[in-house]
Amino acid sequence: MMRADANGGWFQEKILLGLTPRDYLRTLLTPMNGVAFFICAIGVPLLLYRFYAGLGATTNLTQSQPWGVWIGFDMMTGIALAAGGFTIGAAVEIFGLKEFHPIERPAILTGFLGYIMAVIGLIADLGKPWNMVQIFAQNGTRSVLFEVAWCVVCYTCVLSLEFAVPFFEWLGVKRIYQPLRKALLALTVLSVMFSSMHQSALGSLFIIAPGKLHPLWWSPWIFAFFFMTAIIAGISMVIVESTISHKVFAHQLEGQHHDADALTLGLGKAGAVVLFAYFFLKLQGVIDAHAWGYIGQGFLGVWWLVEMLGFVLLPSMLFAWGARNRRVGAVRVAGAIAVLGIILNRVNVSMVAWDWQNPDHYVPSWIELWVSLTLVTLGVLAFRWIVNRMPVLREPADLAAGHH
Amino acid sequence: MSMQRRTFLKVAGATGVAAAAGQAGADFGDPAGAGENAVLVDTTLCVGCRGCEAACAEANALPEPPSGDAVLGSLRKTGVSSFTVVNRFEGPGEPRFAKRQCMHCVEPACASACPVRALDKKPNGPVAYHKERCMGCRYCLVACPFEVPKYEYAKAIPTVRKCTFCAARQAEGKAPACTSACPSGALTFGKRGELVLEAKRRVYAQGSKYVPHVYGEHEAGGTNWLYISDVDFSRLDMKVTVADASYPQLVKGALGVPPFVMTLWPPLLMGIYAFSHRRQQVAKHEGRETP
Repeated sequence: MMRADANGGWFQEKILLGLTPRDYLRTLLTPMNGVAFFICAIGVPLLLYRFYAGLGATTNLTQSQPWGVWIGFDMMTGIALAAGGFTIGAAVEIFGLKEFHPIERPAILTGFLGYIMAVIGLIADLGKPWNMVQIFAQNGTRSVLFEVAWCVVCYTCVLSLEFAVPFFEWLGVKRIYQPLRKALLALTVLSVMFSSMHQSALGSLFIIAPGKLHPLWWSPWIFAFFFMTAIIAGISMVIVESTISHKVFAHQLEGQHHDADALTLGLGKAGAVVLFAYFFLKLQGVIDAHAWGYIGQGFLGVWWLVEMLGFVLLPSMLFAWGARNRRVGAVRVAGAIAVLGIILNRVNVSMVAWDWQNPDHYVPSWIELWVSLTLVTLGVLAFRWIVNRMPVLREPADLAAGHH
Repeated sequence: MSMQRRTFLKVAGATGVAAAAGQAGADFGDPAGAGENAVLVDTTLCVGCRGCEAACAEANALPEPPSGDAVLGSLRKTGVSSFTVVNRFEGPGEPRFAKRQCMHCVEPACASACPVRALDKKPNGPVAYHKERCMGCRYCLVACPFEVPKYEYAKAIPTVRKCTFCAARQAEGKAPACTSACPSGALTFGKRGELVLEAKRRVYAQGSKYVPHVYGEHEAGGTNWLYISDVDFSRLDMKVTVADASYPQLVKGALGVPPFVMTLWPPLLMGIYAFSHRRQQVAKHEGRETP
């Protein structure tokens, strides 16, 4: 690929999608962009205000609820929903399920952006984020959070190397993207390794606090639950994401021969199995913790049933029914319910069922919610910006020319 | 000057009692952290004067605690600028008083939870805090079963605040400020091994007076602050649901997994890859030959 030598030519081609600055700005004037701008115009200053004013002025965190939305949603949920990157990566590169190849890159991009957003949320939440470097200086090896921190660092590096392939294909730097493409198998092995540790360690964080997390959610096996739900999240997110992508980015997918419906049905089959296994593992956890008596008792006992029946068993059945009867629509709905279920689970563990005996329970401040909403919006905007420019959904130029 | 002499006598007296007790109990084996500095709180002797609160505030450069007994009317918790509080609990009979502060666990959950070792267990007992390392993740607040560490949410550059066990004073060979100030003998400073035995000696010698339990002997794997009482500990707002097992031990299994993942995952995954790759090669090969 040649760099345009005309003044501003490269910029116009790569950044402005070949439009003149004036035309490009005009394409940005859409209602959705207006909403996104509104969210960010308030959210970004709020994020900066948090560093000036402190956590007390911006959040509703308390001494008994030290982790709120920025950890419970941005970190816990963001990382879980980013699991598609390693799940689909492993399916394609290691298990040789090549039919999933068309969704590998969007899944990795989602993972990459999910991790970046989670790290920004984490920086907002930490009291003294500049001391994060202490992770490298102090060997806090007895801490689960030490493991989590190292996994975040290592897996973000792996994800950026994986993302570097489409990035440098976009810039046309063959010297970098060709060796990285060859390294994809090794990077995938590393991504599975770091993810399985990271996803489960996020659950292990709660093992040390048995009295504070409701017995229906606390379990010494919570790390296994977190790992399984990460796989569920990975599969479901890919279904949801490819559904949206096919609507929004349809023009990019023209001329590709893969059967999106068959892919979705395949993912649905996998989702049904993992969700069903997870449902029974959770029951096992309840029996193991002697927490059977809490089911249906009080708000949390009912709420647990809502999570388990409505957001685990129901999507599992719907996945199975849809995959068996080749109803793509049902599989997509099941995927959306499963994604909501994972969000619900992480929010329940870190906030709703946390500090459950305290009648004076944490409710997030509007600033916390707005900053989280801003981070999600920025993630979606970044996804769209990248997909419109880099070969994520469409095939890279050299491969597309060579293959068919 | 007289204050110092009194402190000295008290410490000497306590050590003497404890040393004798230690000898008597040598056959039973030492409890965890036997050689660490510890405090025995005999709640039956506490008169609620809150002299310990004032001494603590002075020693740790904290704002002076509220004067007057009005504050005893409601249940207080330790906070960012009050490392110890004394609460009053209405009887049967006389009201009881219980001092609260960091329990300085033998195996502290907070120190094990801290990824940057900003909370650190000293060999002589105190769980010390190094604010220059702390990144403010607040996992110590999540982990502590006694809800002791408090965070300075109000500050732009916050730190974790809790009782220091007067580690600096201990390093100079002095007793913690609160125990030195206690006029009623409710607080005894000494070695943990000896104080556990002293606590049991009091409980069993006056069996009808005390509840037959030494709070902190086994709670959370053992704490360096030990309590004895003549009423049930739940009535003193002590956390009676705290498990006896050491909290760092709870995560030991989960933390043992990463080395296996790191050594077993790559070869396992590469093995799976080798199989699937070969299968594809064969399929391609046969596909070419059969038609």
